[in-house]
Amino acid sequence: MALDGNAIGGLLLEIFAAEMTSAEATCATCGAVCPVADTMVYLRGPGTVVRCRRCTSVLMVISRVRGLNCVDLSGLEALQVKAASA
Amino acid sequence: MAGTAVRGRLTWQVATVATTADETDSVRTIALDLPDWPGHQAGQHLDVRLTAEDGYSAERSYSIASADGEPVAITVERLDDGEVSPYLTRELRPGDQMEVRGPIGNWFTWGPHDGGPLLLIAGGSGVVPLRAILRHRQRSGSTVPARLLYSSRSIQDVIYRNELDQYRGNAEVWYTLTRRQPPGWGGFAGRVDDAMLARIAWPASQRPLAFICGPTPFVEAVAELLVARHYPESRVKTERFGGA
Repeated sequence: MALDGNAIGGLLLEIFAAEMTSAEATCATCGAVCPVADTMVYLRGPGTVVRCRRCTSVLMVISRVRGLNCVDLSGLEALQVKAASA
Repeated sequence: MAGTAVRGRLTWQVATVATTADETDSVRTIALDLPDWPGHQAGQHLDVRLTAEDGYSAERSYSIASADGEPVAITVERLDDGEVSPYLTRELRPGDQMEVRGPIGNWFTWGPHDGGPLLLIAGGSGVVPLRAILRHRQRSGSTVPARLLYSSRSIQDVIYRNELDQYRGNAEVWYTLTRRQPPGWGGFAGRVDDAMLARIAWPASQRPLAFICGPTPFVEAVAELLVARHYPESRVKTERFGGA
């Protein structure tokens, strides 16, 4: 069962050192733009898989291997994060 | 954010269980002592990490049940085949410790500046972050109108019932019971449908802000109904949960 990007806010904060659930993800396959919070997230596999809600293509895969987070973002065309205010 | 050591850095801290309170037969609220908690927004999460003596560890994400300024609390539903929730709802005692990091997320969150009117729709334990929103709204003195539609299997499964009933007049709370209704039940029966929303959902012309939280199929069904009622997708915030 798919969850959504809210469920990996902590993991993404660990990787990007920024709050990412409200970041906007652009799917490299279909061009859909949506907040990371609204993507489809599968936690049960060997890694965390994030898919586009519109076309179901894989956007991100995050796997943790021997203390390293391996992050594959090749399904994303863009990831827009609001800059921290000074 | 003045005084924060490193912006955006998320670190595990040790939480001590202050109190536990059973909400239903399978749901428990756990209040935590977190000396270094930076405060939070209504709707945010925290991650819990439990580590066994043999080093095996498991992490779970829980919505924060309390408003900012109150002791940090989570409300956990027991899934009998779960790895973490049976421990949290049965074994955990005041004084026990666990690792916590947070707060997390700023998309499924509400503050008085976000306005409304608010339409909150919960399925089962999806009521937890919506309860935090209602408490924060009340504590902040916000006059944004709010309605909660809360779907549960039976009256025994309703979480926070006494508290929610006290909102009468301030926030409107509606219940629907999907499996069993007690004799003389005056609320709704069955799954959330368009007829219920016709009575409860603010007209789209009022630019309502909707928050839906529950199991994935529940959230998707309700979000579709609201979009069909001309709620713009950007004003329908969703959060899906599932057992693990």
